[in-house]
Amino acid sequence: MSAPAELAPVEMPRCLAIVPAFNEEGAIAGVIDEIRAFDQRFEIVVVDDGSADRTAAIARASGAHVIRLPFNLGIGGAVQTGFRYAWEHGFQIAVRVDGDGQHDPSQLGAILAPVLAGETDIAVGSRFVGERSYRTSRSRRLGIRILAWTVSALVRQRVTDPTSGFQALNRHGIALFAADLPHDYPEVEATVMVFRHRLRMREVPVRMRERAAGRSSIGAFASVYYMTKVLLAIFVGVFRRNVVPLEDVVEQ
Amino acid sequence: MTPLKVSIAAAIASLLLLVVVFELIRSRRLRERYALLWLLTGLVLLALSVWRGGLNTIAGWFGVTGYPPAVLFAVGSLFIILVLLHYSTVISRLSDQNTILAQRLALLEERLSTGGGSDRDSQR
Repeated sequence: MSAPAELAPVEMPRCLAIVPAFNEEGAIAGVIDEIRAFDQRFEIVVVDDGSADRTAAIARASGAHVIRLPFNLGIGGAVQTGFRYAWEHGFQIAVRVDGDGQHDPSQLGAILAPVLAGETDIAVGSRFVGERSYRTSRSRRLGIRILAWTVSALVRQRVTDPTSGFQALNRHGIALFAADLPHDYPEVEATVMVFRHRLRMREVPVRMRERAAGRSSIGAFASVYYMTKVLLAIFVGVFRRNVVPLEDVVEQ
Repeated sequence: MTPLKVSIAAAIASLLLLVVVFELIRSRRLRERYALLWLLTGLVLLALSVWRGGLNTIAGWFGVTGYPPAVLFAVGSLFIILVLLHYSTVISRLSDQNTILAQRLALLEERLSTGGGSDRDSQR
């Protein structure tokens, strides 16, 4: 694993790992340990999205900061809580690593490198760039392909995995998502939003894992509903005025 | 057969509904999640007002022989009931969450005023 060597040891900016988790008591400790194993300078905040199990207690015992939402907000609301935390605590870099273990922290070097190098504002780990193969159901792959095609056409840049939440952001990205992140499953709409704000986004090939424990939050009916909703949101979004990202008043 | 004027009026009304819903989403006053049912309502009513033969056929199925546009009213009412029912579930969820928020806030205030916080791992 050569990835950690890519991080400059001296001038490492303050990095936060945002870990949204909903009923992930089986996976959360492993995810936290793996982020530490990648780079122990990461601060880790687990956003417990109203879990009914021991997710929060286990995360706290593993030494992470834990924000417990009083009820389930859905992944968009949970992740945005993490971005607000990153914003308010002045983090320069944030990465999102889902608490279900699907995002492999050993791949963090790949998505961090272009952000740390200042080449992009947001780097997203894609399952479909390069040679890597990722096994997923045929219907889900079709759904992702439709969304990828739509998003690519809108932003005039090839996007292969618009549903990926495995991402690294600099302060500009944090400012935008802290101010406005779509609801429910936010990634596709967020991708379009990022380009409308003229932030730079880049996909990086990563390996993703099958779920370690628990089960996916998207069923068959929900997938159709989700597709419809996202396509509607993207379509309407084209006619929308941009929100103003949070401003770095203190730092400038 | 449905009178042409009825079809035109119904089509305009459904188009108006669609435009208003679109504008509400665009200006962020209506979330996509709560707009889907309204859009479906508008689209179905628009289809039934424009596709006059279809309205006739459907009226025939239900034995509405005298006045086919009655089906428009029936379908419209059905969708309104669906939307209302949907909103009832949404309001129920909101009121549950509101209760939880009020309780959490009150407990936090109590903890702040007593300078407490001894039990860091307190459960909900």
